[in-house]
Amino acid sequence: MSRSLPVRPDRRAAAFMADGDREPMHDRQLWDTRQARDALIAERLPDWEELRELASRVKEHTLTHLDDYLEQFEANAARRGTHVHWARDADEHNAIVGDLLHRHGTRLLIKSKSMLQQECGMVPFLQRRGITVVESDLGERIQQLSGEPPSHIVAPAIHQRVEDIARLFAREIGTDPDDHDPRSLAEAMRRSARPLFLRADAAMTGANFAVAQTGGFVVCTNEGNADIGAAVAPVHIASIGIEKLIPRLEHLGVFTRLLAPSATGSPFTQFTSHFHGPRRGGELHVVLVDNGRSERLGNEDHWRALKCIKCGACLNTCPVYRRGGGLSYEATYEGPIGVVLQPSADLARYRALPSYSSLCGSCTEVCPVKIDLRDQIYRWRRTVAEQGGPSAVERTGMRILGEVLARPRASRAVASAARQALERLPRATLYRARLNPWGRERELPTVPAQTFRQWYLEHRGGRRDDRP
Amino acid sequence: MSARDAILARVRANRPPAIELPELPGVARSGDKLPDVARSGAETSEAAQSGAETSDAARFGKGMSEPARSGEELPGAFATALERMGGRCLPVERPTDAAATVDELFPYAHVVCSAVDELPGTRRVAEACDPHDLADVDVGVVRARLGVAETGAVWVTERELVVTAVAVLSQHLVVLLDRRAIVADTLDAYRAIDVADSPYGLFMAGPSATADIGSVLIHGAQGARSLTVLLVAENA
Repeated sequence: MSRSLPVRPDRRAAAFMADGDREPMHDRQLWDTRQARDALIAERLPDWEELRELASRVKEHTLTHLDDYLEQFEANAARRGTHVHWARDADEHNAIVGDLLHRHGTRLLIKSKSMLQQECGMVPFLQRRGITVVESDLGERIQQLSGEPPSHIVAPAIHQRVEDIARLFAREIGTDPDDHDPRSLAEAMRRSARPLFLRADAAMTGANFAVAQTGGFVVCTNEGNADIGAAVAPVHIASIGIEKLIPRLEHLGVFTRLLAPSATGSPFTQFTSHFHGPRRGGELHVVLVDNGRSERLGNEDHWRALKCIKCGACLNTCPVYRRGGGLSYEATYEGPIGVVLQPSADLARYRALPSYSSLCGSCTEVCPVKIDLRDQIYRWRRTVAEQGGPSAVERTGMRILGEVLARPRASRAVASAARQALERLPRATLYRARLNPWGRERELPTVPAQTFRQWYLEHRGGRRDDRP
Repeated sequence: MSARDAILARVRANRPPAIELPELPGVARSGDKLPDVARSGAETSEAAQSGAETSDAARFGKGMSEPARSGEELPGAFATALERMGGRCLPVERPTDAAATVDELFPYAHVVCSAVDELPGTRRVAEACDPHDLADVDVGVVRARLGVAETGAVWVTERELVVTAVAVLSQHLVVLLDRRAIVADTLDAYRAIDVADSPYGLFMAGPSATADIGSVLIHGAQGARSLTVLLVAENA
């Protein structure tokens, strides 16, 4: 992961939006998911708000007692024959995994989706060590074959059109280039992936939840791909962020009911798999990873983001994400949760993300664990501004604007000048891209016949509380 | 300092002021007893513990309302929910009738691999010493301990599967479920079963599915292409 150049999400988004029907399709598919979520909740989950509140409080309780729960988890996992490893950061995580795979002579690793492994840059690390890594989730596999990172936490290839995938599969797995039927493309990948599953020497997964009471963990998929890896390969390694802990099994009854509706608008994930110790004839390892989480825990403004269950609901609803696409963030986490998480990983690189939001707050409304996403985005904006954030031009502009607005006479004079400018200046001048970037995508408002002040003086002019 | 101790020390130093653990809504809100069939022979202390927590029931009795609560409504609600997830639900009188149903549903199956005593199939799952031996299975037949009316999910564990791969490598999966072993919702389910009793436990709600290509829902992504639950009226 490059740490130097600041990301420019607006540029990547502009390219995405200029590319034919890509953006409207992306927007529609994600909004459909959001609407499916709403319909399911309205129809079948009358206790939704109660569930959200419970989930939020269970997570906050766990995070405020995280050291106890981690120790419980470790002891109970070990009792069941699970090997527990601890990693302070991405490098330690990768080294532990690399050593384990080396000891088992692994040449082919099959892995299911894991945001944490992506965060750690694990796949390139293992590939440099000569291990072939195959993604087993269909969307992740599409992205792997495309040479692109995933663009959505839950739907990694959501930004790709069917014809893009058809072209990719024709090149990579030999399908008919004219075959644009999603069913037959998925079938082709099933047939291509199956032999790899059977040949894999080791399987890796992430975890959606880790249960302190039992030392077990839960992986949710719709394809069953995590289960195939774990059931067939002799070694299973799960990477688990320390924030994934929940106290007891019964709490799964809260979180699994929130996850799938939020993620896809489905009542439940097709496969909700519970791992408590190695399967017969297998070996099970868990790597508990910190990588900045314990530090975030001490940040009063941002520790609640650790409640995140990675459902992707905030992406599906975000007007900025839906229009600009996930790759424009150039980050492990996209959308509102990405805007909140990425600046702590590297503020210099991700300083533009807090402004890549309309602050409409839709993310906060849909979050199943009630993370105050909008407020956290706003606080990051403030942090960026305090640390010399906006450009010199923006800062000067804001300072002048502040002084003008503080003086009623001056502000009226400027407003009047602006009205005349809007009415009289030629279009070419008003919409000159460098002076008015806002006008690239939008029309300036038409000037009303009367200002609000004129209207107010005319209608309420005699009232006592009328002060200029 | 080891990584473990360093992480725990930093968590301890940084953790925000304590927030209390909220109580969850009570178990078996219909007043029905959870089915005994859900529990395995080996009752562990954890299972006993979660049983003891039923006293919370009164506190949060309302709120988590679901249409199907009483015993008689549950099989119907289960079938509807399962169909919604892309599975199908068929009634059978006795476990021994399952063989005929499987023949009828999958007339062209070469390998029917069974983990159920009453249905021998063409191969017993116990004969597979290695998961790779199950790569050619057309139809896997297993028993579930519990069903969930809210989601249509069935609960299967390594105990019933013997070799866990049978649940995911079989092209099609047939699951036998006692019609009395259905609970109302997921929360009840987690209290009725002893999840940690087996190294592998799976809530399976319909067959393998994906929407990763053009947001089109497709069944049979990597795991089973179809899931058929046979609701058994009479226990063996």
